[in-house]
Amino acid sequence: MTDVAALENVTHVYGRTRALDGVSIKLPAGKMIGLIGPDGVGKSTLLALVAGVRRIQSGSVTALGGDMADARHRAACAARIAYMPQGLGKNLYPTLSVFENLDFFGRLFGQGRAEREARIADLLASTGLDPFPDRPAGKLSGGMKQKLSLCCALIHDPDLLILDEPTTGVDPLSRRQFWDLIDRIRARRPGMSVAVATAYMEEAERFDWLAALNGGKVIGAGAPAELRALTGEKTLDAAFIALLPPEARVDHRAVVLPPLKEGEGFAIEAENLTCRFGDFTAVDHVNFRIRRGEIFGFLGSNGCGKSTTMKMLTGLLAPTEGEALLFGQKLDAGDTATRRRVGYMSQNFSLYSELTVRQNMVLHAQLFELPEPGASSRVKEMLERFDLEGVADQKPESLPLGMRQRLQLAVAVLHKPEVLILDEPTSGVDPVARDSFWRLLIGLSREDGVTIFISTHFMNEAERCDRISLMHAGKVLAVGAPAALVEARGKPDLEQTFISYLEGAADFAEPKELGFVAARASGEKIRRFDPARLWAYARRESMEILRDRLRLVFAFVGPLTLLLTFGYGISFDVENLAYAVYDQDNSLESRELLENFSGSRYFSQKPDITSASEIDRRLANGELKLALEIPAGFGRDLVSGKSPQAAVWIDGAMPFRADTIRSYVTGISQTWLAEQQRRRGLTVAASPINIETRFRYNQAFKSVYSIIPGVLMLILMLVPSMLTALGVVREKEVGSIANFRSTPVTRTEFLLGKQAPYVALSFVSFGVLLATAILLFGLPVRGSALALILGAALYIYATTSLGLLFSTFLRTQVAALFLTAIVSIIPAVNFSGLLVPVASLSESGRLAGLVFPCGWFQEISIGAFTKGLDFWRLAPNLAVLLAFGLVYQLCALAALRKQEV
Amino acid sequence: MLSGLRRIFRLSVKELRSLLADPVLLAVIFYVFTVAVVQVATGLKFEVESAQVAVVDEDRSDLSRRIVSALLPPLFKTADVITPAQIDPGMDSGRYVFVVEIPPKFESEALAGKRPSIQINVDATAMALAGNGAVYIQQIIAREAASFLARSDHAGAAPVDLVVRSKFNPNLNSMWFTAVMEVINNIAILSIILTGSALIREREHGTIEHLLVMPVTPLEIMLAKIFANGAVIVGASLLSLLFVVHWGLGIPIQGSVPLFVAGAILFMISVTALGLLLATFARTMPQFGLLALPVIITLYLLSGSTTPLETMPAWLQFVMKFTPNTHFVAFAQAVLYRGAGIELVWPQMLVMAALGVATLALCRKRFASVISAQD
Repeated sequence: MTDVAALENVTHVYGRTRALDGVSIKLPAGKMIGLIGPDGVGKSTLLALVAGVRRIQSGSVTALGGDMADARHRAACAARIAYMPQGLGKNLYPTLSVFENLDFFGRLFGQGRAEREARIADLLASTGLDPFPDRPAGKLSGGMKQKLSLCCALIHDPDLLILDEPTTGVDPLSRRQFWDLIDRIRARRPGMSVAVATAYMEEAERFDWLAALNGGKVIGAGAPAELRALTGEKTLDAAFIALLPPEARVDHRAVVLPPLKEGEGFAIEAENLTCRFGDFTAVDHVNFRIRRGEIFGFLGSNGCGKSTTMKMLTGLLAPTEGEALLFGQKLDAGDTATRRRVGYMSQNFSLYSELTVRQNMVLHAQLFELPEPGASSRVKEMLERFDLEGVADQKPESLPLGMRQRLQLAVAVLHKPEVLILDEPTSGVDPVARDSFWRLLIGLSREDGVTIFISTHFMNEAERCDRISLMHAGKVLAVGAPAALVEARGKPDLEQTFISYLEGAADFAEPKELGFVAARASGEKIRRFDPARLWAYARRESMEILRDRLRLVFAFVGPLTLLLTFGYGISFDVENLAYAVYDQDNSLESRELLENFSGSRYFSQKPDITSASEIDRRLANGELKLALEIPAGFGRDLVSGKSPQAAVWIDGAMPFRADTIRSYVTGISQTWLAEQQRRRGLTVAASPINIETRFRYNQAFKSVYSIIPGVLMLILMLVPSMLTALGVVREKEVGSIANFRSTPVTRTEFLLGKQAPYVALSFVSFGVLLATAILLFGLPVRGSALALILGAALYIYATTSLGLLFSTFLRTQVAALFLTAIVSIIPAVNFSGLLVPVASLSESGRLAGLVFPCGWFQEISIGAFTKGLDFWRLAPNLAVLLAFGLVYQLCALAALRKQEV
Repeated sequence: MLSGLRRIFRLSVKELRSLLADPVLLAVIFYVFTVAVVQVATGLKFEVESAQVAVVDEDRSDLSRRIVSALLPPLFKTADVITPAQIDPGMDSGRYVFVVEIPPKFESEALAGKRPSIQINVDATAMALAGNGAVYIQQIIAREAASFLARSDHAGAAPVDLVVRSKFNPNLNSMWFTAVMEVINNIAILSIILTGSALIREREHGTIEHLLVMPVTPLEIMLAKIFANGAVIVGASLLSLLFVVHWGLGIPIQGSVPLFVAGAILFMISVTALGLLLATFARTMPQFGLLALPVIITLYLLSGSTTPLETMPAWLQFVMKFTPNTHFVAFAQAVLYRGAGIELVWPQMLVMAALGVATLALCRKRFASVISAQD
């Protein structure tokens, strides 16, 4: 087999953008293949199609000898392909340590413990990561993250390694180590094919075979030397430009830096600037001064404190020690006037992904209050200058990294700031666009006198700065003009100089060579369902939640608080109803009647009413729930047997309360009447019958006996579904979903693995709640305890499945959060028998309750606790709960796509 | 000041765009203010209405038949006549909340003055219904027995005519109550989730950092979120009140709608501010979800919109006084049901405004520390 992958007439469209336009290409096997071209030409899409993580729209893609449209082939070769997506450490789990990340991937590929440990030791040693196996991935520098990502991709000895812009945003030293590592691995595994997308021609020089892409088409392919020979150009850069169709050939000139006119004063001064996070010193007594109009470059390895320094200069972070001066004045974070003078671009994309490119720019123009006629033309000008007109009405999330960076730059300079603070603005931007960007920067500096403070990993960019500063581990190692630094260090170029400075200062571990673990026996069948992969996900999810202390606390404390609050708070024993009296009679008889009210614990008396209009007013403002009106002559009429009228006014705004008041009033008046009759010597006609009322299940008629089982039902509906609701959608937002797409893990394993820890967590929480109900509230389990416990387990299974279902088909966390809250609260509170027995719901209400698991569990909960029902009476409900769980789970499976659309 | 307002306006427009860009959110907002309101209003009854009763009639006499046929709508559904063996399964399964047992020879013993016993079995786990329903059944049985026996033995007229009238909702139709309260509960859920998650999203996506380097203050950012989300919510709830509750369900609105809107705006400000405050205690969306949920459900159940405040212990009533919901529920009941004017409800409006300002102040204080915190 000579081709590792082949594309035949492949077209891929995102909305109106054609990412790939009828591409046919064969990628040779066993080679280092580079895809080159500017941003947004379809490199990433092509790689994703070959890796099988993106669904083919039209055309055919074969890889490793099979059709990638065929799910069986994809499953079979998932273990032979490794895919590393774009973005720094995007497929890593930030709270997991270096070792745990690797261990997770090892498990996904079904490796045993011994094999995993040997491989991890080997990979860590050969990448120089071995001193930090316990450091959380989120705390690694960018270069280390990329190395770790690579290790994760290599753990299963892939036959095809696919790397999408792996060195974007990585410092030169780490970049060099990264490529050396790839070379060593290839030396040991010569059969392995590597496909890399890159925008950097200097990297492409060392590849075996290149495909140049532009505008969704392949414009040339072959070895670097062949491409150069074909076009007759000396450099690959020039060769690429020569391959472009004539109309796309941009006016490519070398960037020249005119000398700096000596400006007066300093724009930025840092004096002993220090920033500590806990016991970690990110920036350690940094000093520098930047003259007005100067371009000041900031170089350093990833994670050396560059970004933190920049944030302190923008006022985003307050320095722990020292001070930052802007135009000679101490930086005041609250001063909006200084912010107008500064343009800032952060390292991570920080514009609104839900707004279009143009809307983002207009919003910024508005917030900086650019005066109107100028503002629109300024936005237009920036769109043109940064070559964003074509995508002006698209949303940034659909754009490639390089274009997003350009957008951020355009936004940063939009309001014509006097100082620009740019944190790695050109990471991921293609060389042509970078050059045009630098021309713009130089223009700003030299013509408009804008001071530019820029951090970069590109040496050719550093050379264009007036002065640069080298930073490492929070300290500035050297400051000076680039040429002067090179001279002082006696190295041939700036890159060597930089590396020598770093190596002098650094604790960079030298990669070690270890014996490679024997490659997996080829032809081994991939199991269709592997509990080990399920366990890998379950284990990882558990570790994540166990480390997220806040979430863990909320998950336990929230339910317990609810149980206590509602256990004590909700009852139907209405007491202390505010009432007042309008007694126009004020006779012995009227006072006797009223004493029955004032003596009742149900009522609490308020100051007397003195006029008829007061009744209305005090009922209307909610002060009174009940007003008694006794007319003049009441006592006299009563004594003379004239059957006088007395009026009782009830606030009917809340029908339940009004109903209860009415029954209380009836009771009180009957007692009083009997008393009256006896007093007056009438023989009280005994009621002809004796009515016995038996309150079953709850003789004492205590609210807590019916409320607590209901609250349990409510909590176990809300919290477990909320726990899982963000599980999958969060991976989609963060990007780690890529691991699900590119590894052999199946949908079932993935979903069950993500669900299991939350089922366990919720079940433990149920145990705590149950113990509280029994011990604190003294609630006996009169019926089948087995049915209760089994019911709770099945109910939790159903509710976590429901959350997972929302999580799979929704695209944003906000939507998942929102939908889960609504869908769980409304039926659980209203239609499940928590407050109103299901028997007195209307048909529609009952139906609304039946289609959710909560009503079914309510019967189990109240049946087992209070009604004393045995297991078999509750068995049908158990079966229904199981069915709910299964249906939700199957729907979630159906909604989950292994490939990206 | 003016430019501050302008920036708030611009940011609000941005918030609205984000909200409108998510079809799922819009669909849920629509559902919540239309279908959900109707569902709850028509599905839920807190008063004794159409309760399912069963009667075990072992007497089969005129009196027992009178009692059976006196259990009538609207309070009760036509009673099912069942056998003694059906009592337990019927009550265990929650099919019957009340079962009346009439023993053999009930009528003849009653006529003979032997005071026979009649038993009402009440499912005491059906709290909202059990107490009041039992009282009604007792009254009905007593009345029927008395009037049946009166044919042979004249009973005197009652010495006092106690006229009980319900003001504001004369028939105690619970739909009037639940429909409006559901709208209010939904305002609270939406306000907390929408604004809180909007802030968390800005933090997770790093956009908040970008806002803060612009000439925009944290207060402006917060107010923009409050105004944008609040405008949608108040607008939707007003439409819901007028078209779904008033027009669709035919529920009268006694008071002034503009006054209600004014109160709703104050409420919305204080409850969205509460959402923002919760968001400052969480770092990620999953944390926020778990934190917001108990708060929402507590407001839902304990603010007087579902169960009466009078049922809660004094300490809890005191705690709930610090939530805007309790005051808004009181305000809305006064305005919408009792036609109260501003002269009666200004205290609630004042408290809501004060709670809103206090929450915002607290939020702003936490904001700075939260933003600079390193993950």
